[in-house]
Amino acid sequence: MMTAQEALLVAGMAAVTFLVRWPVLALVSRVSLPRPVLDGMKFIPPAVLTAIIVPAMLMPAGSLEVSITNAYLVAGVASGVIAFRTRNLLLTIVLGMALFLLWRWFW
Amino acid sequence: MPATEQSMVSTIDSTRTQTRGAEFWQGVKATFPLVVGAIPFGIIFGALAVNSGLSVAATAAMSAFVFAGSSQFVAAGLVAGGAGAFIIILTTFVVNLRHSLYSVTLAPHMKHLPQRWLVPLAFWLTDESFLVVEQRYRQPDDSPYKHWFFLGSAIFMYTNWQLCTWIGIFAGQALPDPASWGLDFALVVTFIGMLAPGLRSRPVIACVLAAGAAALLLAGLPNKLGLIVATLAGVAAGMLAERGRATP
Repeated sequence: MMTAQEALLVAGMAAVTFLVRWPVLALVSRVSLPRPVLDGMKFIPPAVLTAIIVPAMLMPAGSLEVSITNAYLVAGVASGVIAFRTRNLLLTIVLGMALFLLWRWFW
Repeated sequence: MPATEQSMVSTIDSTRTQTRGAEFWQGVKATFPLVVGAIPFGIIFGALAVNSGLSVAATAAMSAFVFAGSSQFVAAGLVAGGAGAFIIILTTFVVNLRHSLYSVTLAPHMKHLPQRWLVPLAFWLTDESFLVVEQRYRQPDDSPYKHWFFLGSAIFMYTNWQLCTWIGIFAGQALPDPASWGLDFALVVTFIGMLAPGLRSRPVIACVLAAGAAALLLAGLPNKLGLIVATLAGVAAGMLAERGRATP
């Protein structure tokens, strides 16, 4: 069973998350955005992805770890090469994950 | 057409997607690799959450009503650390702020939709669906049903997230210390697979270099605030690089 405190927590998290996702979608529909904003938007996907990936690869435990024993870094770079050359997302995930688990087990 | 135009997801066939049902299934299909990448992430969340002291019901409710993976992880960690509800809710808000950037990007394409579409699609907006839906909207064909593509992608991601959370809840009760499994790499490799094929134009490379450098420098900021700032830095660098090329 959920405690009252947990119910409050989940309701609060649900509310703030929805309030980040929905209002812009609902309001921007009514105004037109300035040209520079529209031009910049195509860079949001690569920028967000990079901002998530780079610290996860280079600082998996919270501090900088540039080392051959860092499986996140080694498998991450290899996955990047595979994805760049094949453009195949599913293949990248399967090979990258396999390499990551092997590397961790090996070291 | 800007030079940054590229398709990271090759499974979207825009010539054959003119009906609602076809758009829906194309959305499901395009999201499939991302669902594969999200499976371990969902399982770890379920396992981690029940091990961090959340009840089974609260863990399942979080996936059902919040539906935002990284903030759910952070919340589980904070619960384990004994943080209060207010702090966790505030952190959730900050961690999920990037979704407003997604809304800004998609909104111009969704102007014509009534609230009965906007409300559920907003609730279902995730990193993964944003990535494939944004690509679908950028394709030049004038299909009037691209929101059905969004719906297919969203429902697939949502269903998978609920299933994986439950699997994780049961696995977590049987096997302790889920954080050490190393499956968190699945999300990283999924995002690498989305990003790398696009690194073929100067402005995108500039964007990625700036975002990566900023993310490393700002990694110490609390509540993943560095993620937002680094994203904005990447967008600015991409725009500058593009402008520099347009007027040499």
